[in-house]
Amino acid sequence: MDILRFITAGSVDDGKSTLIGRLLYDSKSIMIDQLEAIEKQTKNKKDGEIDLALLTDGLRAEREQGITIDVAYKYFSTPKRKFIIADAPGHVQYTRNMVTGASNSDLAIILVDARNGVAEQTRRHSIIASLLNIPHIVVAVNKMDLVNNSGDVYNNIVIEYAAFAKSLGLKDVKYIPISAINGDNIVEKSDSFPWYEGSSLLDILETVEVANDINLKDARFPVQYVIRPQTEALHDYRGYAGKLLSGVFKTGDAVTILPSGIESKIKLIEIGGKEIAEAFAPQSVVLHLENDIDISRGDTIVHSDNLPTSSNELEVLLCWMDNKPLVAGNRYLLQHNSRIVRAVVKEIQYKLNVNSLDEEQAPEKVSLNDIVRATIKTASPLVFDSYKKLRTTGGAILIDETSNVTVGACMIQ
Amino acid sequence: MTEKRLDYLEQLESESIHIFREVAGQFEKPALLFSGGKDSIVLVHLALKAFRPGKFPFPLVHIDTGHNFKEALDFRDTLAAEINEKLIVRSVEETIKKKNLTEPKGKFASRNALQTYTLLDTIEEYKFDVLIGGARRDEEKARAKERIFSVRDEFGQWDPKLQRPELWNTYNGKITKGENVRAFPISNWTELDIWNYIRREKIELPSIYFAHDREVLEHEGQLVATSEFITLEPEDKISVKKVRYRTVGDMTCTAAVQSAATTIDDIISEIIATKTSERGETRIDDKVSEAAMEDRKKNGYF
Repeated sequence: MDILRFITAGSVDDGKSTLIGRLLYDSKSIMIDQLEAIEKQTKNKKDGEIDLALLTDGLRAEREQGITIDVAYKYFSTPKRKFIIADAPGHVQYTRNMVTGASNSDLAIILVDARNGVAEQTRRHSIIASLLNIPHIVVAVNKMDLVNNSGDVYNNIVIEYAAFAKSLGLKDVKYIPISAINGDNIVEKSDSFPWYEGSSLLDILETVEVANDINLKDARFPVQYVIRPQTEALHDYRGYAGKLLSGVFKTGDAVTILPSGIESKIKLIEIGGKEIAEAFAPQSVVLHLENDIDISRGDTIVHSDNLPTSSNELEVLLCWMDNKPLVAGNRYLLQHNSRIVRAVVKEIQYKLNVNSLDEEQAPEKVSLNDIVRATIKTASPLVFDSYKKLRTTGGAILIDETSNVTVGACMIQ
Repeated sequence: MTEKRLDYLEQLESESIHIFREVAGQFEKPALLFSGGKDSIVLVHLALKAFRPGKFPFPLVHIDTGHNFKEALDFRDTLAAEINEKLIVRSVEETIKKKNLTEPKGKFASRNALQTYTLLDTIEEYKFDVLIGGARRDEEKARAKERIFSVRDEFGQWDPKLQRPELWNTYNGKITKGENVRAFPISNWTELDIWNYIRREKIELPSIYFAHDREVLEHEGQLVATSEFITLEPEDKISVKKVRYRTVGDMTCTAAVQSAATTIDDIISEIIATKTSERGETRIDDKVSEAAMEDRKKNGYF
């Protein structure tokens, strides 16, 4: 049993909350008292049926306005998997929320309204999924009941989307016809689509292979914390605590500490106080090195024959997440795993149209939800990989030092 | 060579240890809120994995309402002594006296709301800049939206509309003086994950989590232990039942469940079969309004 983290992209109008409610309800993850609370609220609304969307709309403001304004996390499990859903709103003014939810997802469910086909919103969600490098995509064509469960309508949508997915370079795309409101093809395969040969949505979610998405080639170990008991018995103990973000380490491996470039060998690897011969991503471990070197939080340990890029100039795709606009020349803190450095946004090359992927002229001021291509200069060198190669060492955030708010998400190119 | 993949509990464990170490790396004065309940016991277990053989870079802190179960308090003291870590206990009772606060009235008078005062005073006293807590996102709808690093203003208030975006495994712990952060390492764990982990790691728990005989009164379908903190009335139906606790909070607002489960395996079977959520079955204080938890959080509750 493992974990699948997925994001549902779509708006209330696409039936996104209903889909999530349906997955939770039909997989028996909703408890009686939670259902009763929903029933009580549903009575105050127009429809007579239970409003499954109420399950995910957590905050009062959302319930009052009937919209989803933030990322909510929902959990359910089957005997095969534990699922973590990042439920993010889909309108263009919530691009930052979708980017946030997508950053940790293994899979994205892109909801398409069967009546509208591949719409502007569908393209936007797919573009964001590709920018955030989500490995697996499921296109769920919803509201099939409103197009008489027509196989022709469905097939036309699949053909149109497939061409678009190819242009985006999306690799693993699956398609499924559903009706979230009726529960068709959600948990059980439905009789409503005799022309559909695939399995149910839950079955797809249970079986999509995610273990291979973890990079076991390029070892990257940012040091988070140095364990030094300094007791009599453990006088010389010096352990570097951190999470192996990718790759494998074995005792005896030749390693380099970045950014200093000092070389050493792995003497010992510990996990939860036990010695192990090798560690692999995404384990949290403690490393001991042969030599006594000055290593602290923010340093990265890698294999000497497999080095990441070290540079103080980064080319990034930047999603702006703050109400205050970004202007070229602004200074921020850049947080990249355990390292925080001062940074300045030197130049903004172009703005990406998230509905079409067109490169548009760089705006004077970059606004909330804009995605731009920019050059960032850091005060000291950063150790990174391209986001396309490694999501874990290719992503960074910008922090406004005057407000401490996270204002930008950088995907290093 | 063995296959290099983690199962789901190992993945959760690694994520939680990573969060613990981020807290230790980013803050000056952390503290771990420890009540002797199962979630905070799991937190301590994860902290041991994150920092041993070193000492914890933080003390354990308990805000004692004075209405706690004795079994949980004893367990709290024993565990803190066993692992040789500092335990700070601050009492709501004393805050009430010192500040002339009004005790809530009613049959199940709960000091839950008053806890906030003591908590904020304790933060002030020790200048804590981050409190590590065992809240899980599956517990409640408002918690489902809370960040792993959740920033509070100087009044301890949470503003759900001004949360920082949290991307990848990067947690922004920058704050200004007066603000502090609540960090939740087990955000992504569910109740069942906690129990499965307790079973795998053979983690010890206070005895009240297992079935035992207890004098209870029946109140609107819930079983509440009789104690000096509850006002009994002549018409109350009191009986001795075999019960266990699914959560451990104050005696005044935590209900027991009828159960014969004496082992972790038994408990897990019961949880898998149950049709009621953890909070719904055991918390009397969440039923007041639809947004009860959201309101308390906004006011500085954990």
